[in-house]
This record gives sequence, structure tokens and C-alpha cells, in this order.
Amino acid sequence: MDFDWLFFTEVTLAGLGNSALLSLTGLAFVLIYKATRVVNLAIGEMLMIGAYLFFSFTAGMGLPPYAAIVLAILGGALLGAAIERAVIRPMLGEAAISVFMVTIGVGSVLIGLAEIIWGAEPTALPDFMGKTPIFIGDAYVSRKVVIGFTVSAVVIALFLLAFRFWRGGVALRATASDQAAAYSCGINVPAVFSVAWMFAGAAAAGAGILVGAVGGIAPTMGVFGLSALVVVIVGGLDSIAGALIGGILVGLLEAWCGTYLGGEYKMLATFGLLMLVLMVRPYGLFGTVEIERL
Amino acid sequence: MRIGTLKETYAADEALFDTRTQKAWLAVLILALGLFPFVAGEYWLYIACLVAIHVISTTGLNILTGFTGLVSLGQAAFMGVGAYTVAVLEARLGTPTLVNLLAAGFVTAGVGALVGLPSLRVKGLYLAMATIAASFILHFVFANWTSVTQGVSGINVAPARIFGFEMARPAQLYWLVVPIMLVSVLAAANLFRTRIGRAFIAIRDRDISAEVLGIPLLRYKLMSFALSSFYAGLAGGLWAYFFRVVTPESFPFVYSIFFLAAVIVGGMGTILGGILGAVFMTMVPEVLKLAVGLLSPVLPDAVAILSPVRTIVFGGLIVGFLIFEPHGLAEIWRRTRRFFHLWPFKT
Repeated sequence: MDFDWLFFTEVTLAGLGNSALLSLTGLAFVLIYKATRVVNLAIGEMLMIGAYLFFSFTAGMGLPPYAAIVLAILGGALLGAAIERAVIRPMLGEAAISVFMVTIGVGSVLIGLAEIIWGAEPTALPDFMGKTPIFIGDAYVSRKVVIGFTVSAVVIALFLLAFRFWRGGVALRATASDQAAAYSCGINVPAVFSVAWMFAGAAAAGAGILVGAVGGIAPTMGVFGLSALVVVIVGGLDSIAGALIGGILVGLLEAWCGTYLGGEYKMLATFGLLMLVLMVRPYGLFGTVEIERL
Repeated sequence: MRIGTLKETYAADEALFDTRTQKAWLAVLILALGLFPFVAGEYWLYIACLVAIHVISTTGLNILTGFTGLVSLGQAAFMGVGAYTVAVLEARLGTPTLVNLLAAGFVTAGVGALVGLPSLRVKGLYLAMATIAASFILHFVFANWTSVTQGVSGINVAPARIFGFEMARPAQLYWLVVPIMLVSVLAAANLFRTRIGRAFIAIRDRDISAEVLGIPLLRYKLMSFALSSFYAGLAGGLWAYFFRVVTPESFPFVYSIFFLAAVIVGGMGTILGGILGAVFMTMVPEVLKLAVGLLSPVLPDAVAILSPVRTIVFGGLIVGFLIFEPHGLAEIWRRTRRFFHLWPFKT
């Protein structure tokens, strides 16, 4: 059998679109982890709420898509801040495992709320990107995937620039490297925590809109967050570059396995990769190896 | 008011049940458990069996999470392994019930030890991720290894049979599930009076210190995984006999969260906590169902919101207990007991 290179290219391009979304979600995750050392298992649910907010603003209230995107992202930021203030702040100083379990609880609450407010049935987001396909060379790519990829890439680049040059970004990196030292330099650490959660919430909501536009929305779409979790574990929990490269790896792996082996192998491949990385390189490709002292 | 108990020997100090009051209450409890099937209706026996199965599984998870400090989100998947073992043995070989249950325990213990292998390199949150991965991979195996598990259509399980006595209904199954629960809880309580159990606790408190003290970390962590999975497998096997059909969807990821919630709500690191947590978390949905039944004349679509409300309540309980009562129901129980001990003085 001849190997169909054109088809392979198309699958790979679609996979790259998914990669960008995974990287964006992974970035939201890393943002929280870097600033607050919280492993946030509710990131997928925050993403899901963002997508549903967008759905409400467009389909429910009939707002134009661009206003709805802005509102949904603001809503996501608000949600992030609310979660941080209500449940993460009281857990300051508790064992990392406890905080981790709190985020599991938060995720569960968010799923339940979404089911009550919007119903458990999956729905499609109103189309706002147009349907004309785009051709790169001979390869056909869906417009949504291209837009998703571009937007994610731009947002990730903006985040990277913000970390490098913006005062708040520098404060965040300072907090990440040494909380006490950051405090004594006059950085308002609690504010940094809130800001990190807000930005992560906004990024997650944005990713949610894009994910929803490609694959439809449902209260269970938070499962996407589990893939994003694999991304950051593969890349290293506290590495932004890791989130990017991990996202590309996982996205391509999912696309190839999903196409050539069948959809049910997607999860298997993703989690198989996770197990492999945990066994071979526990702190991910670019993560910091933690040194423990007694 | 009761004053402190005086212990004169080490044996008395180490005893599982130390005071006479405690023993008396325990006897009352056993008696109540023995009389329960004669006074309770079918529905309550159904609940009792379900609670007992959950108690076994929660106690297992408590050994791993509460006593050894390794968070696992794979307990439901492990139960699935046990349930499938029983179902396959029952359907293919028709071996006796007790043999099947033991086999379920041992097979699951093996799978659990395998899943625990990443603890060779990683711990804490990373390990929790590994158990999430394992639970999805196991789910995939259940759904796609059709020659053994019959895929999504699932396997029907013949009723349990002990010495020719068939146990198809909760009223009969009660006599199988509850004694097994009692034995396994007792075994777990005794475990923490032995070297192995103490080693688990040392690992939880500070694994590096434990290693310095001469506890081989990997061996004990794997042992903890295997033990915890043995309990899960046993519970899963009973589950298979209880519901009589096993499908891949019987053990979803949220079921694992349910067990983690039960351990947290009950109280991590106490045997009593595992029991209280399992009872409480099993009763919550039933109470919600009752409330929905009462509300249905006023609120016509009350039944539709039952499942999301349950999800919210589960999540809320996890968050609430972790923030406000990290030691769980066991701590509330201890405080209440203390109050009565010291009454009329203030604690």
C-alpha cells in the first residue's frame, strides 16, 4: 500500500491546530503552578465554563461574537480570581496534596453547575469563523483549526513577552523563584497570586472558546484538561517552553493515533506517553528537578 | 464523666480496643449488624450492602492515601479489575464464590503494584497523575479487550453461591458482604499495629526520614499499593455479585473521585474515618434522592437536576471538609465523644 503523504500532511496540520490549543491550556496551567505551586486539576473545567459563557453571550443574548469573546474571557478571569480567593487562599501553607484535592472538588462543582445551568446535552457553538477551507500547498485544513492555531500562537507569544518585559510578569517570576525574597523586595505576593489565577482563567476561557468552536461544547469537555495535564507533565510543570513543546508532541500524537489506529486509542496513547515520561524523566523534559532537604 | 484510663502493661497499651466501654459498644454494634436483616426492608438492605462494599474500598484507599500518603485516583478502576476477574471466572470456569473473590483481590493487587511502579521515580502529585493515567488505560482495556471483557456490552454475573446457598437478593448477600467487611476493616486496623503499618505511617510523615531509618521505600510503597488494590479488588468482586452485570461504564473516573472524597470527608489516616466517610458519602445521594422525591410536586424537573446536584455536593464536600475540617468526620466524632466523656466540664 502506498503511504498517502497528502493525507498524512493534512492530519498533521490538524494535529498542530490541536497542539496549539493544548499548549495554550498548558500555559494557563503552568502560570498557576509557577506562581502558586498549585497543581490545578480544575483547568479543564475552567475552560469548559469559558466556552459556555461564550455560548450564552452569543446564542443566548445575541451579542456579536467579538463582544462575546471579550466578555467570556473577562468572565474566565473573574472565575479564576474567585476560585483563588474563595478556596485556594484559605489553603495557603497546607500540603500540596490537599490543595490538589481541593481543585478536584472545584472541578466537580463546576461540572455540576454547568449541567444545571446549561443542561447536560452537548451543543455546538454558533459559527463565527466562517467555513471556507484553507489550502496550504495541496493540503486541506479546516478554517477553524487555522484560526485556533494562529490565535493560540499569538496569545502564547504575548504571554512570553509579558513575562520578559512587563512589571507584573517579572514580579510573577520573582514570586515563583523565591516567595520570601519577593516579599522583602516589596512585591505584593497575594496580588501576584490573584493576577496569575486571573490570567490563567482568561487563557483557559479563550482556549475553551477555540476548543468548543472546533469540537462542540459539553459539560464533560473538561476532559480536554486532562490532555493538557499530560502536556505539562511531559514538558515539566514549571516550564513555559515545556508546555509549548509538550503541547506539540501530545497534539501530534493524538492526531496520528486518532486517525491511524482509531479514536479510542487517543486517550490510550496520551496516557501511555504520560506513564512513559513519569518512568523515564519524572520532572518532564524541561522541568526543574526538585531537591529535597530534611 | 469518665477519667483517663490507666494502663499498666505494654500489651494493654497496644490493644486495639482498650476500654471496657469501647468493647461494650462494639458488642452492641455487632449485635445490631446481626439483627439488621430481620427488621429492615429490601431497600435498606440494598443500601447496607452498598455501604459495606464502599467501606471495604474506602478502607483500602485509606491505607494508601491516608496512611502512606500516596494519593490515588484509580480506586474505581481497580474495583473494575476485581469485578471483571469475578465476572470472567464465574462465566468461564464457574469456580466457587469465595475463590473468585480471593482471586479478584490478588489479581487486583498485582495490577495495583504494577500501577505503583512509577513510585520508583516519582511521588506526590506526579504519582496521582500516574494513577489517573492508569485508570484511563484500564478503562480502555475493559472496553476494547473484547475477547475477555466482551467490550461495551459487558458480562452478566451469576449470583453468588456459598455451600450451595444462593445469594441473589440483598437480604441474602448481606450475610456475605458484611462479614467480609468486618474482617477486612479489622485486618486494616491491626495492620497499623505491625511493623509494616508503622512503616507506612513513617513514609507518609516524611519519606526521606523513613528511608534514613531503614525502611526500603520502594518495597513498602508497592506493598501499600498492592494492599490497597487488594481491598479494591475484593470490593469490586462483591460489587459484581451485587449488581450482577459488569460493563466498562460501571467504574467511571468520577467513582474514583467518590472514594477519594469518602476518605477526605471521613478523615484521612484513621480506620474510623474510612468507615464514616463511606457511610456518609453513600447516604448523601440517597438523601438527595429523597429530597428530590419530596420536591417533585413543587419542582417538576427536580429529577433532571439530581445528577448535577450530586456532582456539586460531592465537590462541595471535598472542598468544604479540606478547608474547614481537614481531619474529617472522625475528628468531629472524637470531639463529640470527648464532650460526653468530660461532661459536665468544658473541654
